[in-house]
Amino acid sequence: MSYRSPVLLSLVVWLAAGAAGHAAAASAPSPEVAGALADLTGDDADRREAAVTVLGQTQDPKWRQFLGALRDGSVYARTRAGKTELVLGGTKATRGDQDVIEITGAYDRRPLGTVPLTELKEVAADRRLRLAIKPFLDADETQAQLADPDPAVRRGAAVKLGNQAAAGAAPVVEEALKKEGDRWVRHALAEALALIHLAHGTAAPRAAAAEALGTLHSESAVPALQRLAADTGASPAEREAAVHAIRRIERWGLLTRTVETVFQGASLGSILLLMALGLAVVFGLMGVINMAHGELMALGAYATFVVQNWFRAAWPAHFDAYFLVALPVSFLVAAAVGLVLERGVIRFLYGRPLETLLLTWGASLIIQQGLRLWFGAANVDVSSPSWLSGGVPVMVGLTLPYNRVFIIGLATVSVAAMYWLLFRTSAGLRIRAVTQNRAMSSCLGVRAGVVDATTFAFGAGLAGLAGCALTQIGNVGPSLGQNYIVDSFMVVVTGGVGKLAGTILASAGLGGLTKGIEPALGAVFGKVAILVGVILFLQRRPAGLFATRGRNAEA
Amino acid sequence: MAAVVFTVVLPVCNTLPAGSPLAISNFTLNLFGKFLTYAILALGLDLLWGYAGVLSLGHGVFFGLGAYAMGMHLMLEIGSKSVYQSVLPDFMVWNQVTALPLFWKPFQSTAFTLAAVVLVPGLFGLAFGYLAFRSRIRGVYFSIITQALALSAWLVFNRNEMNLGGTNGLADFKTVFGFPLNRPGTQRGLYVVTALTLVAAYLLCRWITLTRAGKVIVAIRDSETRVLFSGYSPAAYKLFVFVVSAVLAGLAGALYAPQVGIITPAKIGVLPSIEMVVWVAAGGRGTLYGAVLGAFGVNWIQSWLTTSYPDFWLLFLGGLFMGAVLFFPDGIVGALGRLSGRARRMMTRRGDRASRDTARLSRATHVMGRPQGSDK
Repeated sequence: MSYRSPVLLSLVVWLAAGAAGHAAAASAPSPEVAGALADLTGDDADRREAAVTVLGQTQDPKWRQFLGALRDGSVYARTRAGKTELVLGGTKATRGDQDVIEITGAYDRRPLGTVPLTELKEVAADRRLRLAIKPFLDADETQAQLADPDPAVRRGAAVKLGNQAAAGAAPVVEEALKKEGDRWVRHALAEALALIHLAHGTAAPRAAAAEALGTLHSESAVPALQRLAADTGASPAEREAAVHAIRRIERWGLLTRTVETVFQGASLGSILLLMALGLAVVFGLMGVINMAHGELMALGAYATFVVQNWFRAAWPAHFDAYFLVALPVSFLVAAAVGLVLERGVIRFLYGRPLETLLLTWGASLIIQQGLRLWFGAANVDVSSPSWLSGGVPVMVGLTLPYNRVFIIGLATVSVAAMYWLLFRTSAGLRIRAVTQNRAMSSCLGVRAGVVDATTFAFGAGLAGLAGCALTQIGNVGPSLGQNYIVDSFMVVVTGGVGKLAGTILASAGLGGLTKGIEPALGAVFGKVAILVGVILFLQRRPAGLFATRGRNAEA
Repeated sequence: MAAVVFTVVLPVCNTLPAGSPLAISNFTLNLFGKFLTYAILALGLDLLWGYAGVLSLGHGVFFGLGAYAMGMHLMLEIGSKSVYQSVLPDFMVWNQVTALPLFWKPFQSTAFTLAAVVLVPGLFGLAFGYLAFRSRIRGVYFSIITQALALSAWLVFNRNEMNLGGTNGLADFKTVFGFPLNRPGTQRGLYVVTALTLVAAYLLCRWITLTRAGKVIVAIRDSETRVLFSGYSPAAYKLFVFVVSAVLAGLAGALYAPQVGIITPAKIGVLPSIEMVVWVAAGGRGTLYGAVLGAFGVNWIQSWLTTSYPDFWLLFLGGLFMGAVLFFPDGIVGALGRLSGRARRMMTRRGDRASRDTARLSRATHVMGRPQGSDK
């Protein structure tokens, strides 16, 4: 921090000099400006465009407003005593049989009375001129955003100003930097200032700016720094500073990318875990491969959609709360359907895993088509509550989206709840007993049928929960489940049956591995590589990471 | 008898003039030809699932390998008669591929193509099956792995980089081994070849089930562990059946491509692969003619439903899966057998308890696919 101050100080000095120059320009129209105004009334498109640039570069807010008026078509030329001057048109009115208009001075806005429209000639702004005007007006808007109450908007404006690196923006940025309290906005402002400096400064401040950008780990400065490093006209000190800064930024980039990959891996792993938890419990307990698991997820997602619409219609004021309601609702909807499925058909097929596989696949087709007929084949729109949009910036160049953080949190909570349920409650004890030895548990008075039904409903509910969470990161459509089901089966197969730890480890491993090799191989071949990896892994451990050993091993 | 009808009578009817009451339109014959290719595949799948008890959810991949091998040859046969008048297939022109990729070159040879149709799926099945069965991946684990295989293959074949036509697949074939595909005679010929292949495949599968190896295979289905402890190698037998069924699927694909005129990755994915299973399940697994019947019947219903009530096809398919598992565990063939058995008992009026119990017991054993004792 301490060595950044001299850089800022030097910036301030340089800026002060620049500001003084602008002030002088504003007091009386310079010959340059006068020439530009004359050009505007002419017909030469190139000169008119150049004139706009001249006016825009005065950095004078009043000329900016003039450009705005020019774009909106309310600038007129008036010829008086052989001299043409530009005026701004105001309110139009009809007086008698004449159309009249109030006019004001082009620069000073002095009222010039009401004149007949026929005396004026509109200075039309064609498409080309409007395009030339746009950047200047945008710059104004961006600078205005620096005072926005929302830090995210301020930060975005600062980044934009830095990318534009217009010399005139420097005083505004400097001013904003003094007032700014938010750490990330300050960072963006300092970066913008250094970028502007790098683009327009002289040798010494340029070297200082390059140094500063290195310290700020500014990824967006790399092209400019590379140009500086390769610029033979620059002083050795500048070039060395640029090279040094680039190296520094690249090292930092490597770090942020690594952290990001780990985070993405964790996030994908959490999604897989949420999906595979229910699947693994049901498979471990009853040997039932639930192919309809993906569709139960889709049901959860659609339940979220319905709750959202309901909130939007009934309590628009509390719209953000809909997600908190949707979580339990999606769990219950999926659990209810799961219960019906289990009691209705699956219970007749215990001990025949291949048959249940086909049966649940059939059920999945019916649920899927039902959703398609009811909600339509197109994806539906589930909007995120405001507290899940955006992200938390953790380090320079890395922002973690809230929705992903939320999913990691939800997966963690689900696993914890699952452990508590299985190992701390009597229901869990019964579930484990039936998993280990169904016949013996029945003999000892455990009602295996009830345990089966509740466990299946619970697993289905977890799928609904996963579906609810998925609405925040992906599309919600009838085939939502299909996209994830094979992946979650891979997790169950890799993890092994009947041990939660296996499922957790496998989803973390597969999630991390997928995100790890995706940059190198692309999404498709990454997936293929994962499959090959799983098959090779099963060569060594045919029953997954945590196999059941001993007498129960024969499934 | 049915074989005669399909191989001889139908093509003959096709040659009759359109007005004749027994005439079969080119469209219908073509449709039946497609069903027959499915039936070849269903035979292999039935051998694998109904007899060896190994449920593969990835047979679309082998079907696709055969179809693509054939399709590649047919694409090259088009030559410069294509839209872009390039010797390269059209999709390569779109993708700015300037030279024929190396793996396409051998497919210019007819002999190589005919060998590849059998060998590519066969060898791929051998490699995959070896890895899977050697590590004793079985039951649902095997099914899930094959399903993942179908998904990966679908993803890979969809990529343009593979130079296999991407999502659009291979299409617009003009000739097959020099015969123009748009002539009814060629289609009729293809149909006869398909029907003969089906008969040959049926006889092969039947022969396999009747040999000693066939008995071991059924024994593996009923109790793999017991077979293992009796000194057999279940993995080797399963691998053999898996490869046979992969080759049959490849052959089916190779016959499918010229008759339907297009092969896309949509025939390879998870859904088509599992649909193949339902043909066998609905027809009656464990009986070879059941598989043929199922492939024919289900696809007939599909082609009727998807044109008349497109929304209900998936509902029906789902219902078929559930119904076949819950109510007709041994398919149409089993249900008919049971009906006729009941009818015969009614006739003889000897519904004594003992025989009923025997019938019930044998049915139960059959449904389980193995003795109850070994079930978890």
